Amino acid sequence: MFYREAGDFKTSYQDDNQTFPIKFDRYRYYLVLFVAFAVIPFMINDYWANAIFLPFLIYAIAAIGLNILVGYCGQVSLGSGGFMAVGAYAVYKLMTSFPEVNILIHVVLAGGITAIVGVLFGLPSLRIKGFYLAVATLAAQFFLVWLFNRVPWFYNYSASGQISAPERTVFGIPVTGANTDSWASYMVCLVFVTICAIIARNLTRGSMGRRWMAIRDMDIAAEIIGVNPLTAKLSAFAVSSFFIGIAGALFFSVYLGAVEVGEAFGINKSFLVLFMIIIGGLGSIFGSFAGAAFLVLLPVFLKNVLVGTLGWPTDLAAHLEFMIVGGLIIVFLIAEPHGLAQLWRVTKEKLRLWPFPY
Amino acid sequence: MLDTEQGYVTADGRTIGGVVMDMRNITLRFGGVEAIKNISFDIREGEIRAIIGPNGAGKSSMLNVISGFYVPQEGEVWFRGEPRKPMKPFEVARQGIARTFQNIALFEGMTVLDNVMTGRLTQMKSGLLSQAIWRGAAEREEVENREICEKVIDFLEIQHIRKTPVARLPYGLKKRVELARALASEPKLLLLDEPMAGMNVEEKEDMSRFILSVNDEFGTTIALIEHDMGVVMDLSDRVVVMDYGKKIGDGTPDEVRNNQDVIDAYLGVSHD
Repeated sequence: MFYREAGDFKTSYQDDNQTFPIKFDRYRYYLVLFVAFAVIPFMINDYWANAIFLPFLIYAIAAIGLNILVGYCGQVSLGSGGFMAVGAYAVYKLMTSFPEVNILIHVVLAGGITAIVGVLFGLPSLRIKGFYLAVATLAAQFFLVWLFNRVPWFYNYSASGQISAPERTVFGIPVTGANTDSWASYMVCLVFVTICAIIARNLTRGSMGRRWMAIRDMDIAAEIIGVNPLTAKLSAFAVSSFFIGIAGALFFSVYLGAVEVGEAFGINKSFLVLFMIIIGGLGSIFGSFAGAAFLVLLPVFLKNVLVGTLGWPTDLAAHLEFMIVGGLIIVFLIAEPHGLAQLWRVTKEKLRLWPFPY
Repeated sequence: MLDTEQGYVTADGRTIGGVVMDMRNITLRFGGVEAIKNISFDIREGEIRAIIGPNGAGKSSMLNVISGFYVPQEGEVWFRGEPRKPMKPFEVARQGIARTFQNIALFEGMTVLDNVMTGRLTQMKSGLLSQAIWRGAAEREEVENREICEKVIDFLEIQHIRKTPVARLPYGLKKRVELARALASEPKLLLLDEPMAGMNVEEKEDMSRFILSVNDEFGTTIALIEHDMGVVMDLSDRVVVMDYGKKIGDGTPDEVRNNQDVIDAYLGVSHD
C-alpha cells in the first residue's frame, strides 16, 4: 500500500540510479541510520555492545568484503580469517610504531596493507577457478596464521605471543584499551560500517561492479565484451581484502583488545564469514548485514531463551545451541537457497502488490 | 562489381566501402586436426557478410579467430589496414569488434539494463576512488553511457524488460538482449554467431529486421553465421561458404547459390 513506485516518477538517469529508488525504502534507510547514530549510542551498555553490536558491525564489514569477492566476483575464498589477521597485525604494528597518528588512519592503512596482501594471494585466481581456488586461498589462511605465530617481529617480541591494543583516543575520547566506553567503540565501528557499506554499494552498482559480475556470471563472455580478467579479479581481491582488513583491525583493536592469532583468526573465522554471506545472500550488501546479524544474534538469543528463560544448565544449552543453529542453517538453505536477501526481495515484491495482488 | 578496391554498390542501392577486416591465408589447427585450411576472405565497410557451411565446417572457429579466442598458426588478420598482433579477446573488443554467441552468453545474474551496460565497459574509465564515492567522473560516465544504452534498448524494443533479471527471460528475448549488449559498444564490426538458432518464424523475422536496420541506421559492418539458407540469402550482401575447413565459395548470394561445389556440399554428392 505504501510500498510502491507508482506515482514516483523519475525524470533523470541519476534519479533512476540511486540506491533506494522507492521512497518508502529511502525513508526506512534514513530511519535506520537515525536510530543507529542518534538513539542506540545513548542506550547502549557493555553487555549489548560486546555481545551484540560490536561483533555484528565488525562481522558485517568482513561479510561485505567477502561478498564482493565471492558474491559479486565469483572467486571463492577461504582466506578471510587470515586476511583479518593481516589487518589486526598491521594495525598493531602501526599503533605501536607511530603512536602519535590517529587510530582511525591506522585502521584505514591496515585495510590498505591487507589489500596488497590480498592481491598477492589473489594472483592464483588468474589460473584456477572454483573449488581449486578455494584450496589456494586456504593456503593463504594457514600461511598467514603461521607467519604471525612464528615471526616475533609481528607481535613485538612479547613473551605471550599475543598482541594487545594500547589506549588510543579520537577527539580525546579513548576508543581502544581498557578505559573505552561502550558507546565510543560502538560509534567507531558504526562509522566504519556505514562508510564501507556505502562504498561497497557504489562500487557494485557502477562499472566496476559490472566488471566483477560479468566475470562471475560468464568469464568468457566478459572477456569478449572487453573486461580484462586480470584487473577485474585483482581489483575484487584488493577491495575485498581492504574491507576484511578493516574488519580485522577493528576486531582486534576495538572489540577484543588482545588476541592470539590462531584462536581469533583461525580457519573457523573464515568459515564463519563465508556462512554469513551464504545465509545472508551472495551478491547483496543487505545480505551481508542479514547474515552477520543472523549468526551473531541467533546464539545470543538462544542462550538467553534456554538459560535465562527456561533455566537449563549452561553446558546443555551451549551444546543445544550448536544443534539448533546448525539445523536452522539447513532449514534456511533448503527453504531459500539464495539467502535472507532473497527472502527480503520476495517480500518486497509481494509488498508492492499488497493488498491487491492483481 | 565485386573486386574493385573501393567497394561496390549493392542491389538495393547501398554503397559498400573499403576492406575493414582482411583474413589472409588463415590456417588453424587443434593438435592434428586442421579446423581451418588456408582461408582468405575480406569483410568490407558497411556490408552484411555471411559465413555458411555444414556442421563442423569451421565457421565458428573462424569467428573465434576474428574475435581473438583462437590465434591461427598461419596467416594474418588485417583489421582496418594493419596486421593484427596476436591479442587477448578483451583487447580485440577494445578495437571495436563485438560479438554474440551461438548458445547465449549473457550474464544471468544481472538485469537486462546491466547486461547492456556491460557493453559500454570499454568506454568507462573512471577510477576506483571516484566510483567509490559516486561523484564526478563516475556518475557523469554512468549517465552518459546509460543514454547510449537506452537508445539501443529502444531500438531493439526491449524497454519493458530493462529491469528484469536476464535469467527470467525467454530464449528469443535473451537473443535480443545479447544483440543489444553487442550493439551498446557501438562496434565497428559486429559478429553474430547463429543469431536465429532455435527461433520460430516470427522471431526470425524480427531478428532479420533488427539486423537489417542495425546495418542501415548505424552503418555497422556485420559478419554472421547462419544455417537458415533463406535468411542468409535474403540478408547478406556477400557469402563465404566453408566445408571441412576449406573455402568452397565466395560471392553474392546468387553466385553462391549456383556454385557447383556449394551445391555438392549441401546436397551431398557421391564420392566414387
